[in-house]
Amino acid sequence: MDGFPILSLMMLVPLAAGIGCFFVGANAARWLALIGTLITFVLGVLLWANYEIGGPQWQFTESAELFAGFKYALGIDGIALMLIMLSVFLMPICIMASWTAIQKRVGEYMAAFLFMEVLMIGVFAAQDLFLFYIFFEAGLIPMYLIIGVWGGDNRIYASYKFFLYTLLGSVLMLIAMFWMVAEAGTSDIPTLMQYDFPVGAQTWLWLAFFASFAVKMPMWPVHTWLPDAHVQAPTAGSVILAGVLLKLGGYGFIRFSLPMFPDASAQLAWLVFALSMVAVVYTSLVALVQHDMKKLIAYSSVAHMAIVTVGLFAFNIQGLEGAMIVMLSHGLVSGALFLSVGVIYDRLHTREIDRYGGLSINMPYYALFFLLFTMASIGLPGTSGFVGEFLSLAGIYQVSTWVALICTTGIILGACYMLYLYRRVAFGDQKNADAAAMLDLDKREWAMLAPIAAVVLWMGVYPESFLAPMRADIATLDARLASAAPEGDSQLQAGPPREAAANAVPEPEHGEGEGAH
Amino acid sequence: MDYATSFALIAPELLLTASGLILLLVAAFGGDKMARPIAILAAATLFGAGFMLVPGLHSGVMGLDTYAFGTLMRADAFALFAKAMIYLAAIGCLMIAPAYFATASNGNESGMRAEYPILVLFAVLGMSIMVSASDFMTLYLGLELNSLAAYVLASVLRNDGRSSEAGLKYFVLGALASGILLYGMSLLYGFSGSTEFGAVRAGLSGELATGALFGLVFVLAGLAFKIAAVPFHMWTPDVYEGAPTPVTAFFATAPKVAAVALTARVTLEVFGEQSDAWRQIVMFVALASIIVGALGAIGQNNLKRLLAYSSINNVGFILLGLAVANTAGASAMMVYLFIYVAMSLGSFVALLMLRGEDGALFETFDDIKGLATTQPVIAWCLAALMFSLAGIPPLLGFYGKFVIFQATVEAGLVAFGAIAIAASVIGAFYYIKFVKVMFFDDEVGLVKGKSDLSHWVLLIITTLIISPLGYLLTPSITDLANKAAEALFLVG
Repeated sequence: MDGFPILSLMMLVPLAAGIGCFFVGANAARWLALIGTLITFVLGVLLWANYEIGGPQWQFTESAELFAGFKYALGIDGIALMLIMLSVFLMPICIMASWTAIQKRVGEYMAAFLFMEVLMIGVFAAQDLFLFYIFFEAGLIPMYLIIGVWGGDNRIYASYKFFLYTLLGSVLMLIAMFWMVAEAGTSDIPTLMQYDFPVGAQTWLWLAFFASFAVKMPMWPVHTWLPDAHVQAPTAGSVILAGVLLKLGGYGFIRFSLPMFPDASAQLAWLVFALSMVAVVYTSLVALVQHDMKKLIAYSSVAHMAIVTVGLFAFNIQGLEGAMIVMLSHGLVSGALFLSVGVIYDRLHTREIDRYGGLSINMPYYALFFLLFTMASIGLPGTSGFVGEFLSLAGIYQVSTWVALICTTGIILGACYMLYLYRRVAFGDQKNADAAAMLDLDKREWAMLAPIAAVVLWMGVYPESFLAPMRADIATLDARLASAAPEGDSQLQAGPPREAAANAVPEPEHGEGEGAH
Repeated sequence: MDYATSFALIAPELLLTASGLILLLVAAFGGDKMARPIAILAAATLFGAGFMLVPGLHSGVMGLDTYAFGTLMRADAFALFAKAMIYLAAIGCLMIAPAYFATASNGNESGMRAEYPILVLFAVLGMSIMVSASDFMTLYLGLELNSLAAYVLASVLRNDGRSSEAGLKYFVLGALASGILLYGMSLLYGFSGSTEFGAVRAGLSGELATGALFGLVFVLAGLAFKIAAVPFHMWTPDVYEGAPTPVTAFFATAPKVAAVALTARVTLEVFGEQSDAWRQIVMFVALASIIVGALGAIGQNNLKRLLAYSSINNVGFILLGLAVANTAGASAMMVYLFIYVAMSLGSFVALLMLRGEDGALFETFDDIKGLATTQPVIAWCLAALMFSLAGIPPLLGFYGKFVIFQATVEAGLVAFGAIAIAASVIGAFYYIKFVKVMFFDDEVGLVKGKSDLSHWVLLIITTLIISPLGYLLTPSITDLANKAAEALFLVG
């Protein structure tokens, strides 16, 4: 694959399909969008298959001097690869989720999604700071239209809020980027990741980037656009929002804030921890009292993303790997939960939890999938959620036991609100006749949910497939952060390795080697 | 320096003058039925004059060779770049006019008046002189030639009360501004003993006398009137709303380029050694324009008024580049101007295409609700233009803000840039309101009229320029703008 511009091609295919969607009828646009996204997914699989684990840090690089002031430069490392895979995997599912639910202006809708896909691949693949910004910010336009045109009743408020909130967050980052490029003399991201900015300036730069990524993430207290946007967006819009767009914040931290400003990251980690702890507890409690299913899942997203931020700012390998897995897992699981809500919303046209009940009786397969994703969201061992949360919390425990303690309550609270949701929707009496008359999943819905379920289990049982491509990059990042890493309060002492295997026939012996977590 | 060289340097102006005078005779004898051929010839003249600029633009002429008639005029790369934009914008405004005037409205007979293209031509001549002025006398000559033609253009629909009002308002306030400018110039003359830019610059070196400072402030105030910068912006919404839309499109583009280029020349060259004296003023004016332009637009229901506030807002961004006061800033200004011209021309053309069945123009938000379902192409183009004006990537409007803010930050004005960019988010609110009205609201289906081919052509061209494809233009535009900025800073 040397020299073959596969990343450009992955952006070109949805771009061409998106332009085509403007000119064809509704049904043709659906097929065109599905085929376009599937081709991109196949290209994505090829990308992963050809990614050389342990090879050079940046692979599939392309570069062209097309513009004045910045370059068209693409290239990926393992972290970007995984997030691109997440995007191209979710996209065909989103198109399928909109198959019947969207009936007005189908061509434009599909085009908006395909352009979204182009921009998401671009964000993760961009190797030029300004190119990254262009892709990062351009996503506002299709998302604004998706929420505003095809959203729910209060869509206009939600679309304005989404647009202005995220725009305000991002423009300050642009100013910081100008400063960085003027200081370092290049806008090349890999070079900037190695550049040591003056420590005093790092704090300001970090804060400017934080303004943007914290809004995208979203972190408490700038999370309030998320529930509005999620509730009003169409199902597929919510999936993309939760599945990929929220990951832009985490990706921003891991690609920019941490490697470029390690000292500032260490200094201000307390801020991230504080906001994340509040987010975990507060938004979980808020989620507990929601009557609207989508809002509940939206608040749960904020809580999960807080686990990501603490993992990232743990400054150690477990934390970083855990944060990445939580991001991937949350992308799949919350996407799947929104799809599950969409399935029953399409039948009854309400998101009120009370209007449902006893769905496991008339929709057993649906209830099964919903249960799997609920459990994955809680972090049940064997699902992807467990791996990520365990690693993140293990990472943060080394730095601060208190933060780990408070963030772990998020898992308990997560179990509360998710199981409470599941009980009200799937168990109990069939108190509403219309809900009781709903049919079980059809083939299209199977095709949407089954692949996600498979990947969720795969990631839960054998996370090595997903960790392997990222390992070298995370180790590099950890080495970069080593000088700034804070001293933890848990004072872990690695004990001597035990002599016998853990399952050896026990000689009477007392707990040596335990507690290494 | 002999006359032949001087005449060769001002060949475009000579062509415009000759053509304007001949066409005036044609109009006098031929009457209004000759309006269309005159418009075509006027556009051809502008194109021809623009063609003459190409060699100089390409080689980036600057220095002593560019002075004509002693030190009265300068045809350097900076002037040529501004002229090229002015001519192109004027051609665009001539293209869209006949179809607009073809519909009778508000007591005006249908058909374009033969004087219209000629007035445009003379206004362009005035601007051409303005941007190549190298002496306060030439400056004033060009400015007044442009303004007088513009006053008449604003009230060209003489039976329409709003158009006449616009013309009168423009005249009274424009005359006031000219007076202020003239007074400032006389003070500068008194303190430096010359009207020539280089001599005034030399006369103002060292510590600035209070009287000379007053002169500087008055000149800046007069120029701020002409570019419609806050706090001298009040006339803009009224004039833009009242004037016929093609004239508004003209006002928003060509004279803006000329006035901004002139302001840049005067501040950077004449006041170049006193930059501490005026940079604060320009910074304040820039920030105030961005904020007032953004806030003022929020409550507007009339689209032309809204675009008027948008132009005030844009002038603020352009002035940011001026406040930087170095070559990077001047180059960024020119790039922004180019993009701004394309965006405003495109948006005004789109407004001209919002016609009812009887051909009447729509001008308010209520009329264009749900435009995306009935007129998807216009709606998408307009949406792209609005996102571009708001500076959202990947549209080219972002690139304009990009270069301006890059220059600001590189010059060390980080806090200033941060405040300005945060204020630009306020502006985004009403630009996306445009999109909201067209895409999210239920359709009213009023816009049914067919649009003229010339409007379509111009709309598609401007939309293509501001689309992501426009980024491919950036290397060449930046190259030209850099040469222009270098020419501007050569004197010193």
